[in-house]
Amino acid sequence: MSKPKFAMYWAASCGGCEIAVLNIHEKILDVDANFEVVFWPVAMDAKYKDVEAMEDGSILLTLFNGGIRNDENEHIAKLLRKKSQILVAFGSCACEGCIPGLANFSPIQQVVDTAFSTVSTDNPENVRPQPSYDMPEGTIHIPTLYPVLRTLDQVVDVDYYMPGCPPESHQIAAVIDLVIQVLQGKAQLPPKGSVIGAGGSTVCDECKRKRNEKTIKEFGRIQLMHADPELCLLEQGIPCNGPATRSGCNARCPSAGAQCIGCYGPAEGVVDYGARLVSAFASVIDSNDPAEIDRILDGLVDPAGQFYRFNLAGSLLRAAKPAWKSGD
Amino acid sequence: MSEETKSFEPTIIGFTCNWCSYRAADMAGTARMKYAPNVRLIRLMCSGRLDPTFVFKAFANGADGVLVSGCHPGDCHYINQNYKMLRRFHLMKRVLAQMGIEPERIKLLWASAAEGAIFAEEVNKFVEQVRALGPLNWHPGNGAASTVHTPMSAEEVPA
Repeated sequence: MSKPKFAMYWAASCGGCEIAVLNIHEKILDVDANFEVVFWPVAMDAKYKDVEAMEDGSILLTLFNGGIRNDENEHIAKLLRKKSQILVAFGSCACEGCIPGLANFSPIQQVVDTAFSTVSTDNPENVRPQPSYDMPEGTIHIPTLYPVLRTLDQVVDVDYYMPGCPPESHQIAAVIDLVIQVLQGKAQLPPKGSVIGAGGSTVCDECKRKRNEKTIKEFGRIQLMHADPELCLLEQGIPCNGPATRSGCNARCPSAGAQCIGCYGPAEGVVDYGARLVSAFASVIDSNDPAEIDRILDGLVDPAGQFYRFNLAGSLLRAAKPAWKSGD
Repeated sequence: MSEETKSFEPTIIGFTCNWCSYRAADMAGTARMKYAPNVRLIRLMCSGRLDPTFVFKAFANGADGVLVSGCHPGDCHYINQNYKMLRRFHLMKRVLAQMGIEPERIKLLWASAAEGAIFAEEVNKFVEQVRALGPLNWHPGNGAASTVHTPMSAEEVPA
């Protein structure tokens, strides 16, 4: 009997998710033992036309990482949806936009200018990439950018979500174990739409730091202060995204002395990640005076960036007005 | 104000608290005070119940403005929850501004159960304020409808 087929693809992402998969060490041999890898651009040579030639639904499991930034991403997302039985939005980019999604704060023209015309860019002729270009041999094409980045489930139907930037390796290993057990008839898949490879609670729930009642007189930046290594970071006025972020990482950053930046995305039941953090941060400000509240809030230098670092494309508003207006 | 803005009827979602501001609206009603019909009131038990998610969702789903209304500071039925709302309101406004939503599209109004007239007057003022800004018409989901064609090399640079 032939082995079930496995695919992995990267759209608008950094490649860290692929590294995280390889980082499961010898478990990768289980993947190879149980699956036939049919398409995985980072690890093997395969052409899009090979995927196009496959029968619909012939790939059992596809891990899709990256957001939908251009028409190539969208084409492959739709193609892999058609060819796969189980499509997993793998990693923060596919689930909620992640760092590439921060471009949704700016008009696309500005994004392109920043990439091709800043001081650090060596581009004396101020050249811009063109969607199509005529050569003596014929016209060549590169993918066309969309004005805003979208998450995978804003483009195609998604079966499971696996958050994290990147997903923790022990979580990936656990998910692979589960799928193998399902193949052997020893376990059942969770209901469609579930978040897999993560906890159901918040990072605070896993965090070992001491907590008291929070009252904040001043927000500070962690690099400019000496944070108490035992005490809750938010209590010390350090903007820590733990209260709204899904558990699953064992509170890695707070344990190492850094604030949670929210890469595991919204916790169970959180509709809008940033809105939840607005609540969490503002409610504990220790003042009833509007002027003083404003002064304290000045300590949060970039609130939208803080609250939507990983979640802008997946938020209720999805993109700032200048960004989506640039597509009109 | 342009002709187009004048004929524009803004949709405003108003969050009121059970104990003061909703009763202020009720008072305005029973006293037959007229105010702009653009505001759709949603009653919460307390302004402190206002999850910022409600506001973001209202804007994402087509509201042109959001009114948040509660008991006067010191008068909260739940001791101090309206202060929590006050703090959230200040932070929310900053986040919305970064998203390109004008701070004038969101208003905080304290109104006691006896202040029907003030409630009606402030709603009227707010409706005019949002009308002047024009429709918000939020639709970033259509990002794929138009693709971006950057111009051929942006500008000629002399050698």
